[in-house]
Amino acid sequence: MTHVLAAAGGTNLDPIYSKAMFWILAVLAVSAGIGMILVRQAVHCALMLAVVMLSLAVMYAMQGAPFLAFVQVIVYTGAVLMLFLFVVMLIGLTSADSLKETIKGQRLWAGLAGIAFAVLLIVGIGHAAIGNAAPQTSANSTDNLTGLAQLIFTTYVFPFEVTSALLITAALGAMVLAHRERTSPKPTQREVARRKIESGQVAPEPPPGVYALHNAVDMPAMLPDGSTTSRSVSPAIVQRDVELGLEPQADVAADLAAGQRIGSERELEAGAAGKGEDQ
Amino acid sequence: MSPAAYVFVAVILFVIGAVGVLVRRNAILIFMSVELMLNACNLAFVSFARLHGNLDGQVVAFFVMVVAAAEVVVGLAILMAIYRARKSASVDDANLLKN
Repeated sequence: MTHVLAAAGGTNLDPIYSKAMFWILAVLAVSAGIGMILVRQAVHCALMLAVVMLSLAVMYAMQGAPFLAFVQVIVYTGAVLMLFLFVVMLIGLTSADSLKETIKGQRLWAGLAGIAFAVLLIVGIGHAAIGNAAPQTSANSTDNLTGLAQLIFTTYVFPFEVTSALLITAALGAMVLAHRERTSPKPTQREVARRKIESGQVAPEPPPGVYALHNAVDMPAMLPDGSTTSRSVSPAIVQRDVELGLEPQADVAADLAAGQRIGSERELEAGAAGKGEDQ
Repeated sequence: MSPAAYVFVAVILFVIGAVGVLVRRNAILIFMSVELMLNACNLAFVSFARLHGNLDGQVVAFFVMVVAAAEVVVGLAILMAIYRARKSASVDDANLLKN
């Protein structure tokens, strides 16, 4: 860059503060990264990734890249991670990773390869003489945004233009991939009605839990004949109950027993009241 | 802190991402690990930009972010299409080309 500012030093933080910040952020980012490869649920993994991305954003800000710090928060944490969460929502409960190894000893060898890779990179970079930061120029001063804009629209203007084509292609590609062609004609109202009559279930499916004492979505509905129906509960909720070790069926049995007890008590009371009236 | 410390953090994050890609079976989680690796690269680029006192590294990190956003959009759309067809997001189940 042509205009070099007179101020020396990296960022305008005190060295001791920047050191403390660095260690806090480094420990946070690395532990969240390790958590990412250990947790089972995809949602937890996404939250760990958010922690890593936000701490990296602060690291960018500390290294004199305020523009990149904001882009990191807005584009990565705001857009990319939300996209991940949307897909986790759409793909749903099967997104928990299975713990079964399909290749024998894969975890062990992957861990060993990771350690070897880390040693290779750290030794390699440790041997390279990385000095202290260059004195402050427009790169790491308040002039960051102007300098970046200058560079993007002069030296890197062609890659920048190519990026726009890439983004449009990506948007079109996502639309094409997400589009589903209708292979059969849309059923008319008459066909829908006929199919309903033929299926034997004209009324809507019974809603969950409203006939039992429990009024909850994971409670199966009790039919007029006293039996329960599994069709009233969403399979996703059944899977959640199984994972949490809950047993809605036991609750239903308890409800039935409570109903019988209340019924017999009412009969006794009615009998007693009848006697009282007799006297 | 000297830029070298940041580069070492970037190295560790990159290795964690690589191990995640190797270990995970679910395509979404593999994607998240790839994102972690891209973020680690960005951190290294920004650190080297500070080391050299110019802005080229930051511009490259900016382009990496743009490409990563495009990659995530297309990758997740492919993932959705596979899930729709095979009712599974596991990379072990997508074996139509086998045999």
